Amino acid sequence: MGVTEVEPLLTRLTGDEKHAPSAYSTLDVLWVLYDRVLDVAPDRLDDPRRDRFLLSKGHGPAAYYAVLAAKGFFPHEWLDDLAGPDSPLGHHPDRLRVPGVEVSTGSLGHGLGLAIGTALGLRAQGLTGPRVYVLVGDAELDEGSNHEAIAYAGASGLDSLAVVVVDNRSASYSWPQGLASAFTVHGWSATDVGGRDQEAIYRGLTQAHPGRPHVVVAHVEQKGS
Amino acid sequence: MRQAFIDTTTRILDDNPRAALVIAEISADSLAKAFADHPERAFNVGIREQLMIGVAGGLALTGMRPIVHSYATFLVDRAYEQIKLDLGHQGVGAVLVSVGASYDGSTAGYTHMSPMDVALLDTLPGWRVHVPGHPDEVVSLLRAAMDDDERVYIRLSTKVNAVAHADGEVVRPGPGRTVVAVGPMLDPVLEAVRGLDFNVVYTHTPRPLRVDEGAILVEPYLEGTSAHLGRFDSIGVKRVDLHRYGSPKDHARWHGLDAESLRARILSLPG
Repeated sequence: MGVTEVEPLLTRLTGDEKHAPSAYSTLDVLWVLYDRVLDVAPDRLDDPRRDRFLLSKGHGPAAYYAVLAAKGFFPHEWLDDLAGPDSPLGHHPDRLRVPGVEVSTGSLGHGLGLAIGTALGLRAQGLTGPRVYVLVGDAELDEGSNHEAIAYAGASGLDSLAVVVVDNRSASYSWPQGLASAFTVHGWSATDVGGRDQEAIYRGLTQAHPGRPHVVVAHVEQKGS
Repeated sequence: MRQAFIDTTTRILDDNPRAALVIAEISADSLAKAFADHPERAFNVGIREQLMIGVAGGLALTGMRPIVHSYATFLVDRAYEQIKLDLGHQGVGAVLVSVGASYDGSTAGYTHMSPMDVALLDTLPGWRVHVPGHPDEVVSLLRAAMDDDERVYIRLSTKVNAVAHADGEVVRPGPGRTVVAVGPMLDPVLEAVRGLDFNVVYTHTPRPLRVDEGAILVEPYLEGTSAHLGRFDSIGVKRVDLHRYGSPKDHARWHGLDAESLRARILSLPG
């Protein structure tokens, strides 16, 4: 079972047969998360002990829907009617409509704050097992709300939190010291990986980071290239 | 009212394991005991109001019941999109408790005023709004708000009525037209209609609003905030940035909400 099984689902979702799966910047990261990292399952949607994955970068969720469908969270038929009037699947995901979707996103810069609250809430209830993962885009980090969250998560040593930044260089202004520096300055641990190298993504996401939150910067092809 | 909020919140955190507290520096010193006793459920996120609401949304997603507190202008105006998306759109609730109602922070200027907070929340579905007029009302409203998962806004003021009242109470029965006073507007309204035959009703819960057709509604926030909810006359804070300091009493006069101006205004309305 590999990421190739997602390909027909992506085609089914988008009706687009021209683009290879590599056109989807988040696909490999999402596949590694759902295939090897996250402790989640369609029959444990409300299990308080499940891991949480928050897709903060809610636009362009085709790869997310395809991976969720491949993992059995909802029927494949749903993929045939993207953003239709009766479709649960829109161009931004809705947690009240799609099983397995933890947060409704679309407006950029909301996932990290929700993830910190989720991590704090789990810890407050003695649930120290579950981990909280957030996917953000590099351009999404323009939003100031992320920097409120990054600073606070670092200051409070929130080590159940891991962020993966899918960097397709879509931001108009790059980070002179590297994107990871936006996190490390606040005490996060960080690692850079190739965003198509599933083994490296897996190692990055599962790296131990006691006492501090962790960021994985996954570099993929430049948007539009 | 602020002290009643501090004391009640501190006790709620002691008694209710589902309760959480999120602030952005405002009232951190007053809430020191809550932070010391419950570090796992009380969070000061620094001067970060977007994060304050986002964290509350995340806490609620795990089943906790967060109390979120700041000045109205930072809590509601500044974090409006987080309130819309991180609470409402996620299908979760929180208890937002503000201070600095309308022009309570008059000496600080317009940057610290929010007469538009209730109007902003009115653009969003599902908010219950409490505007207590007395510290004793704060205690019961806050405790009740912790017992459900709804989206609740409690608007505290430094302006206080002499005694607490029940919601919907006919405070001064009269044969004439009904005047509904919201929260701290009650005492100025009672003084304004002294010797006249108006029927004065009190509410500390303007959302959901219960006002009969033809009444006069006196609200301590932006005039017309409730006008979309029925056919009645509305009196409230004027839609103007005065660029002035002074006391809340001065601002009440400038906005026509002191007893003398209210009396003239009420009497000017067609019967």
